[in-house]
Amino acid sequence: MEYLVRFSQSHETFRRPELEALAVIEGINLDVVSYSLNSPFCTIRLPSSAAATRLIRRSILIQSIHELWGAGTTLSAVHDQVRATTTHLWPLYLSCSFKFTLDSYQGSRPAADKIRIINSFAYLGFAGPIVMRLPDEEFVLFEDWPWNSTPLGLADPTRYFFGRFLAVGARDELPRKLDLKRRRYISTTSMDAELALVTANLALAAPGKLMYDPFVGTGSFPLACAQFGALTFGSDIDGRSMRGDGKRRTLKGNFEQYELLGGLGGMFTADLTNSPVRRGVLGDGGDGMRGRVFDGIICDPPYGVREGLRVLGVRDPEKSPWVIPKGKEMYKQADFIPPRKPYSFLAMLDDILQFAAQTLVDDGRLSFWMPTANDQDQEMSVPTHPYLEIVSVCTQVFNKCMLRHVVAGDGKLTRTGSRRLITYRRLPDAKVDQEAVKAWEGGTPKHEGKTADELNPFRKAYFNGFESPGAE
Amino acid sequence: MKLLTLNFLSCAVKTCKTSPLSFPLHPKDAELAKDDVEPNPDLLTNILPRLDWSALRTTAAELGFPDLPETAPSPEELVEGGKTVQDLHELLMETQIVEGKLVCGCCGHEYAVREGIANFLLPSHLV
Ligand SMILES: C[S@@+](CC[C@H](N)C(=O)[O-])C[C@H]1O[C@@H](n2cnc3c(N)ncnc32)[C@H](O)[C@@H]1O
Ligand SMILES: [Zn+2]
Repeated sequence: MEYLVRFSQSHETFRRPELEALAVIEGINLDVVSYSLNSPFCTIRLPSSAAATRLIRRSILIQSIHELWGAGTTLSAVHDQVRATTTHLWPLYLSCSFKFTLDSYQGSRPAADKIRIINSFAYLGFAGPIVMRLPDEEFVLFEDWPWNSTPLGLADPTRYFFGRFLAVGARDELPRKLDLKRRRYISTTSMDAELALVTANLALAAPGKLMYDPFVGTGSFPLACAQFGALTFGSDIDGRSMRGDGKRRTLKGNFEQYELLGGLGGMFTADLTNSPVRRGVLGDGGDGMRGRVFDGIICDPPYGVREGLRVLGVRDPEKSPWVIPKGKEMYKQADFIPPRKPYSFLAMLDDILQFAAQTLVDDGRLSFWMPTANDQDQEMSVPTHPYLEIVSVCTQVFNKCMLRHVVAGDGKLTRTGSRRLITYRRLPDAKVDQEAVKAWEGGTPKHEGKTADELNPFRKAYFNGFESPGAE
Repeated sequence: MKLLTLNFLSCAVKTCKTSPLSFPLHPKDAELAKDDVEPNPDLLTNILPRLDWSALRTTAAELGFPDLPETAPSPEELVEGGKTVQDLHELLMETQIVEGKLVCGCCGHEYAVREGIANFLLPSHLV
């Protein structure tokens, strides 16, 4: 049967990837019949209504799902289809309580019109009581109006969908539960709850799975994954980001606040470029699991603006030769903080992909955020790795007011005001293209340079662009 | 940090990575804590193939836990439950390492654990 998905008209490019990820998580066969970025209405084919309800139960970007009884560009076309295909369903709803709702997207109608339209469905013959609050069944007629329809004085929408309401997603519940405004412990780079949850969906976080964030900060991603039942791990080069004030405002305190402590596996201080996580050997022809640990890796890596991107090491050993022997003497002291040097964001991306290829089980997913463009407004290419297949590329565009806010907060965005969430799937060794492996081994780019500016175009954009007087 | 985590972590020093002595790390002066966690057979089934069983036996023995059998239980045994499954659940999911050190058997480097968070940052001469 066909079903109507009622999306929220926001984060458009994330919606279809989320829907498809949910189908993988729930093990449901999904066929997308029609989908457009410009519309909140999407039609899909599913094995059953029970599957439909299950499919969207943890969706963040879907509002509701409906059994689709009829659709068309005119109301009479809808009636024709309802009469032609659903008469066998009508008796099921003969005596239950029910209500009819009109949901007009980008449009409105006078009350008298609404009543006339709803009454045009009288032939369904439902004889039960009409109940406005919590009826047994709700039937909805959706109208898809063109943009600006009211000022333009348009008489009719472009499309109609009629269906029986089945279920809502998690949109009203979970983003509110994990809202940063009410979270005990956050920092300027904590990931927005809605997007952290969407990321966890794309990475297929689920009960029994192990998820890891190598740039964990205050823990937004592990919290979202734990909310979906996963066991979570994380690390950060800056131990303070996890420890917080050492009392209530800590990463662990956040897990406590949401009663998710059972999903907290382990947090540790580490540099991704010198990680203690044990790794598998690429292409060892193993069983797709042994030697690899995680079902999913999700992160928001630092871009080198402000204090962000650093790795362990001495920037210029010739210029400061005393640093190394001093470290040798001091490193055993509890409060020793090892020196760090600037590093290139592009090299870090290569490191993340390699790490993911070596630690994800077959079909495990990597999802990470990165800016869309560099400081010359040139689009940055989506990084690739022969063991990782790109599943989806989603783009979040910032409106002006948000852009200003985010730049003031963590200074991480480029001038274009957008960033991407890229999701990969770990290919089983047997499916990896060996030619691509050779090309990649031969040509692994080296991103060299010494100062933070040389290494990171974003940092330059930030200081030269945003902070100059009069800049947006 | 759940003890399960120890099964995923080796010494961070690059030259140690190739040595079998760098994994598992050996707890020293470890202070442990125990939480009550609902048994989760699905989770155990999922992680069993990823565990390094002999490393896990070493960790269990070093921390004074009951001996684990020489070979890992089969998926069927996990579903059935029983003593090994209980021991595994207690060891991997319920036990936390809160304070102490994790020592590399290859280079001898000691990684400090404080408030449940292990520190794997290396001084420059080891990077
Ligand atoms: C954008 S923040 C991530 C914030 C996190 N998603 C949250 O919700 O709090 C990036 C983090 O990466 C850390 N970081 C920077 N360089 C690192 C490195 N080489 N290895 C590991 N973490 C690093 C920073 O300390 C910072 O906490
Ligand atoms: Zn070592």
